[in-house]
Amino acid sequence: MIELSPFLKQLLSLPGLSGHEAPVRAVIAEAWQPLVDELSTSKIGSLHGLRRGTGPEPRQRILLSAHMDAIGLMATSVVEGLVHFTQVGGIDPRILPGQPVTVHGRKDLPGVVAQPADRLLPAAQQGKPVSMEHLLVDTGLTAQETAELVRPGDLISFAQPPVDLAGETLSGHTLDNRASVAAVTLCLEELKHSAPAWDVWAVASVQEETVLGGAITSPFDIRPNLAIAIDVTHAKGPGVSDYRGFPLGEGPTLGWGPNVHPPAYKALKDLADRLDIPTSIEPMPRHSGTDAIGIQVVAEGIPTLVIGIPLRYMHTPVETVSLKDISRTAHLMAEFIARLEPDFMDKIRWDE
Amino acid sequence: MNNITEAYPVAPVIGAEQIALLEKLSNACAVSGDEGEVRAIVSEQLKDVADEYKIDGLGNVLVTRKAHQGDARALKVAVAAHMDEVGFMLVDGEDSLYCFELIGGIDLRQLPGKSVLVGKNHTPGVIGARAIHLTTSEERRNTIPLDALRIDLGLGGKAKIGDRATFATRFQQVGPSLVGKALDNRLGVATLIELVKHAPPNIELCAIFSTQEEVGARGAGVAAYYFDPDIAIAVDSTPAYDLPMWDNSENTQYNTHLEHGPAIYIADSSTISDPRLVRHLAQTGDTLNLPYQFRQPGGGGTDASGMQRRRGGIASLSISVPHRYPHTPIQIARLSDWQATTSLLYQALLRLPQDILTRPLDE
Amino acid sequence: MKQLIQKLVESIGPSGYETTVRNLVHAEVEKFANDVSVDALGNLIVRKGQKADDGLRIMLAAHMDEIGLIVTHIDENGFGRVTTIGGVGTRTCLGGRVRFVNGVQGVIGGERLDSIDKVHSVEQLFIDVGATGRADCPIKVGDVAAFERPFMDLGDRLVAKSMDDRISVAVLIETLRQIKTTPHELVFVFTTQEEVGTRGAEAAAYVVDPDLGISVDVTLVGDTPKGVRMEVSLGKGPAIKVRDGGMLADPRLVRLMVEAAEKAGLPYQMEVLEGGTTDARAMQITRAGVPAGCVSIPCRYVHSPSEMVDYNDVQNSVKLLVELLSKPIKLG
Repeated sequence: MIELSPFLKQLLSLPGLSGHEAPVRAVIAEAWQPLVDELSTSKIGSLHGLRRGTGPEPRQRILLSAHMDAIGLMATSVVEGLVHFTQVGGIDPRILPGQPVTVHGRKDLPGVVAQPADRLLPAAQQGKPVSMEHLLVDTGLTAQETAELVRPGDLISFAQPPVDLAGETLSGHTLDNRASVAAVTLCLEELKHSAPAWDVWAVASVQEETVLGGAITSPFDIRPNLAIAIDVTHAKGPGVSDYRGFPLGEGPTLGWGPNVHPPAYKALKDLADRLDIPTSIEPMPRHSGTDAIGIQVVAEGIPTLVIGIPLRYMHTPVETVSLKDISRTAHLMAEFIARLEPDFMDKIRWDE
Repeated sequence: MNNITEAYPVAPVIGAEQIALLEKLSNACAVSGDEGEVRAIVSEQLKDVADEYKIDGLGNVLVTRKAHQGDARALKVAVAAHMDEVGFMLVDGEDSLYCFELIGGIDLRQLPGKSVLVGKNHTPGVIGARAIHLTTSEERRNTIPLDALRIDLGLGGKAKIGDRATFATRFQQVGPSLVGKALDNRLGVATLIELVKHAPPNIELCAIFSTQEEVGARGAGVAAYYFDPDIAIAVDSTPAYDLPMWDNSENTQYNTHLEHGPAIYIADSSTISDPRLVRHLAQTGDTLNLPYQFRQPGGGGTDASGMQRRRGGIASLSISVPHRYPHTPIQIARLSDWQATTSLLYQALLRLPQDILTRPLDE
Repeated sequence: MKQLIQKLVESIGPSGYETTVRNLVHAEVEKFANDVSVDALGNLIVRKGQKADDGLRIMLAAHMDEIGLIVTHIDENGFGRVTTIGGVGTRTCLGGRVRFVNGVQGVIGGERLDSIDKVHSVEQLFIDVGATGRADCPIKVGDVAAFERPFMDLGDRLVAKSMDDRISVAVLIETLRQIKTTPHELVFVFTTQEEVGTRGAEAAAYVVDPDLGISVDVTLVGDTPKGVRMEVSLGKGPAIKVRDGGMLADPRLVRLMVEAAEKAGLPYQMEVLEGGTTDARAMQITRAGVPAGCVSIPCRYVHSPSEMVDYNDVQNSVKLLVELLSKPIKLG
């Protein structure tokens, strides 16, 4: 039995920045091993877990995509023992000063993001948020040691440990998107107690935060008949009060827009309503901002769905989710998959 | 030149029947991702004419007309026309006033004081603007931002979050002009429908009525992968910025002109047309005395951008009917340009040399 | 090799119109290749070697196209209005000389701006080919031109327009020549339309379907006065790309490139580029994914008519590639 909170905290403790996901992949693989029939790795590092279905061949295939890569920083140069850096994925520089980080040089080094005093900065910066160009990481080592151990291209990840907050919420870095990886894992576990007709391909995808590399490539060989991208979405909170934010702890969101297959959406929504799993419609007028962007247009096109787990403070080291929303997401997916009939795709119609 | 045997093909003609169909298409509401109404019209028109017919995972309608006698050497030509128009999605609201987002590139300055149609029922609504009496001259210097605009359905009016909306313009024929919303790209759709009905027998015609062009040529891309054609052509409608300059100086950025015929693309911002196809179309026009113009290179994009790089690369081209006032409630095109586009495209396909792709890219 | 470089950089071949360059490359590679073909988008695909048991199919890409200008309108006085092909900075244009694919030469002029501090938009530029009106104008809408500058040999430093990416084309040609034995099936692709979005590579990668992809392209440097902060300099060796604006190199391949450089006693630099990308991006996300990386030639003044590279970096890039490609590759 997987305990959500400890498992999630373990996932959050591992580095795995976009393009360099190996450390976290190893742990996910270990967790998926007893839950799937076959594990494999794509040519660019996505983890694929196949749970074979019971239906007649040729079996329908559903793909669940949760990106495992994290945002972070990358060293660009080392000057007098201080590390200059750039971002990997989108980071608001204003959340950086004073952050504890780990520099993955020739060995892992603890460090802190330093904001140089105003007097050391160009006039235009003084008193203003300091741009990434002028922020530094200080490892506390001597200039010589730093130069030996750190070089351009080395990764830097957030080191803030996760924190349990009230109301069964968890706060930490990289809940975007390890929360979804956990949801997929719980879903696989729940599926052990049923016999879905469809093949289930669980994919922990790479490079979503940068180029959607995993989303564009994994489906090519798998060629699912239906795909679900699971990612975090914005929760209502300070500064997020309009329609783009959803209540924390009141269930996952279901994406709606050109990136989503309308009849499949309806089937998923109807099921959620019947099972009393609270969901909200998440309007996505143009695209979903998730793996679904890449998945939908692979080869001959793939019908896609998007499930969102509400999360506050996205892309900061204190991202906050409700553990209940993760469980609900897992449960909804497991129920949906368990009930998929072999002719589901034939039966749903484009225009009703 | 090809051998066109036996059943001599009948060229498509744009007449009253075709204009009536265009009216139906223009009045239909089909925003990117929600193309059902146009899909239904296409289906009704072509289901019985098609050799193969299917709707794929993105809602594209894929129609095949095989070459005469199933000639195995015939070139496979994909022709795409996008069914979607730019529009809106309702994202939040209560008490009959709804916030909305844009789908596709719409200039915010076109929105205040317009009628819209919302959802499957075409529920009427309006996008209002505060009375001038209640504004200051300072304020009137700025465009009204999107988050200040609302779609108003009237007292007690209800819509669903996620519903799409379009401008409410109804189609009209006025003198030499066709006037309506979404002429981009219902003109392309109407042209492709005629082309399928009068499919040139020397090619295998793979017609793609595509979805989601306005949000990145997504539908055409997967359709091109599916068909794996030798040639891909996008039929679209492109802006004519051919009004006079404010100071009557020479207009050097007109893109295209009305009444100069179909616009052949040399390059837009996403696709550099295959030069052999460009030459072939121009030569067809010259030989048969059919009008055509070259669209000014640069800017914009069509379904060709989704198709060209698929598989091992596909020789691609775009051709468009010019229209004024892109992505606005009321677009204006000339009937003569539509007729000329249909003629040129049809004749060019009919005369497509089977060895065109073995020729060098340059002259 | 300098002669080859000169021939390549002085050719005219903006994106979509690479024929002259393609013919040149074809003539240079013919006798070293097992197979040469041209695909629907004009990519030149050159195959060499058979895949042994411990070998891979490796795609190498360098783009033949350069940035340029395309005519949008000929005005009543015979001036040609233009738009850009690829990332042309208008700042580098004024007073520049161009040559069209059809051979016509011209000069770039600009409208008078209301302030000397402003920079021209491309709509405010025009090309003057010496015509007096539309009737005697030897260029028309759709004609394409590239910058024209003669190659300059400063000894260790070489200067020309289109070092991006003809220098890499030269590197790949030279690599092809120098590789004697290899366990790999090597597919050298001289790509088209990279400057407008790695389009040629996208199509070529699909067909080649490689096990590994390596692009060769130029990268920026941080060694000019008050320039960008970047740890890559001219003369310090080929740059092994860790990431750029469009792609993260496969870390296993980066490690192998570093090992190959160290084994062969070659200088090298680690490259982190914040903007721009290369054909490696297209290779990495083709089909089911391809481990990809890039060997970069450090270059000053990229996308100007006077791009500068270091000849030793160029030669060391060849050596690095020969070293890497002649031996088995275990990605792990």
